[in-house]
Amino acid sequence: MKIAVASGKGGTGKTTVATNLAQMAAADGRAVAYLDCDVEEPNGHLFLKPTITRQQSINKLLPLVDLDRCTFCGRCSQVCRYGAIACVNKQVLIFAELCHSCGGCLLACPAGAIREVPKPIGELRLGTAGPIQFIEGRLNVGEAMSPPAIRAVKAASTKADLMILDCPPGTSCPVIESVRGSDLVLLVTEPTPFGLHDLKLAVEMVRALKLPLAVVVNRCDIGDDQVRQYCLSQRISILAEIADDWAVAKAYSRGQLACVAVPSFADHIRALLKRLQNGAAR
Amino acid sequence: MKELVVISGKGGTGKTSVVAALATLAGRCVLADCDVDAADLHLIFEPKVIHREDFTGGSKARIKPGHCTACGKCEELCRFGAIYFNGPGNGRVSRTFRVETTACEGCGVCVDFCAENAIEFAPAVCGQWFISETRCGPMVHAKLGIAAENSGKLVTQVRRTAGQIAQDQGLELVLCDGSPGIGCPVIASLTGASLALFVVEPTVSGVHDFYRVAQLAARLDVPGLLAVNKADLNEEVADQLEATAVKHGIVMAGRIPYDRAVTQAQIARRSVVEVSDGPAATAIRSVWNIVNAQLQKSSATTISGLVQLIPITS
Repeated sequence: MKIAVASGKGGTGKTTVATNLAQMAAADGRAVAYLDCDVEEPNGHLFLKPTITRQQSINKLLPLVDLDRCTFCGRCSQVCRYGAIACVNKQVLIFAELCHSCGGCLLACPAGAIREVPKPIGELRLGTAGPIQFIEGRLNVGEAMSPPAIRAVKAASTKADLMILDCPPGTSCPVIESVRGSDLVLLVTEPTPFGLHDLKLAVEMVRALKLPLAVVVNRCDIGDDQVRQYCLSQRISILAEIADDWAVAKAYSRGQLACVAVPSFADHIRALLKRLQNGAAR
Repeated sequence: MKELVVISGKGGTGKTSVVAALATLAGRCVLADCDVDAADLHLIFEPKVIHREDFTGGSKARIKPGHCTACGKCEELCRFGAIYFNGPGNGRVSRTFRVETTACEGCGVCVDFCAENAIEFAPAVCGQWFISETRCGPMVHAKLGIAAENSGKLVTQVRRTAGQIAQDQGLELVLCDGSPGIGCPVIASLTGASLALFVVEPTVSGVHDFYRVAQLAARLDVPGLLAVNKADLNEEVADQLEATAVKHGIVMAGRIPYDRAVTQAQIARRSVVEVSDGPAATAIRSVWNIVNAQLQKSSATTISGLVQLIPITS
């Protein structure tokens, strides 16, 4: 089973839920893989403290022009929808940050003067955190496009009974890339106007992708009742409601797994796991 | 005219709450919500929309079902896995290819190489942006379409419009609410800004993510200030955070303690300084004085590149 832990709003507790779920499912003897798809700001490693056994570069393909063969016909820049390749004054300029690696210029070049070369945009780190298989993508600072790095993370996972994908916040391309193909999207939110507003956006996004979803309300006692009302009206299952707890926040601030540091938190995660196994989500 | 971008790396550290409070304290300024895929600032300022416009990013491919011969060339060439073979038949073939719009990146390769010219390529509306009036001044904000892309371009549109309004109305400050992460919307928010205010929580992940976004600001030559939010959560981490930041040329703007009044204000659709004189409101007033002083300076110190990550001991 592939569970994507996402949220519209940032800082609602995605990483907390994802890492603790991984930890407790593994303690139950299940084969668990944790995939950190938040490649812009990967945080799972701070809590799972994995031993990294393999590191490899994540590349994106960029066109390279053989100027001896190039006739400077300009066909490549005509077909590029991103303005990533320009042919001017017997020169071909490539703007790496704009290139989506679609391969269009290469296909369009009548002289066969273009080939593709890999350019590192980040790093894939694989290892183990106790019994948990750990996979993390890490985008280099300054790189704009995270989807290729997210694809690399998802492609690296091997077989596991339970795969937990820790997703980036928001509702746009990086999130879509992360949740695509999962069996359930678990949306972590908090009962505040910001939490509710961004939850609604996230629900619309998940529904547009036609994926099953369920909600976890974190810090369920800090705000109002609107999130619960919304979920009820939309027939969305709330699989856990976790009270605000200074001890959990303290443990988090130090990089400690809350299920280890705070027993009552472990109870919440255990119950959540059970509900996930029973397929309570729609 | 100066442009202040509030940013954090990690999500949910309090950017929007801080922006709302600073906007109240700054007097009339232009607000720009650059978190276009989960915009929340409008929930506090209840903007009255005076202008709205569709935002067209790139184009999206669409296979005309009647023209598809199911040769499979498009699927073979698409690098984004956006073509699937599950469309209805059309008299010539029993099944046709279709484009999964949410996966299409608009490269047009399938369009260019379809032997039957069976693929349309039309500009897709991927969001809307608005100019509004609020109790603190004009506000430019946007809503990215569901499962749409091109958020970086939409951010640029929001910022450009906000800058234009500031110039037209002779306003001194554009206050931008940034998005989490370090990718394209964040690069679009920071590039060319006068000053960044990092709102950071004293947690291992808050610090880790702050270092990455601060490195980005350093590369883009944007000087920065640091406000530690929920500072009492872990004083030890807060101390280390502050020391590291100052060492790299980031100006300390203050520490904001955890205060339930911040959430209460949000529920009341107000900024915390509008409804509270408590610890968070008091701290943010002092943060504003420091930020404002820094904005008045002609040249602020640039961040000297936080290249080395300093591990935080727990």
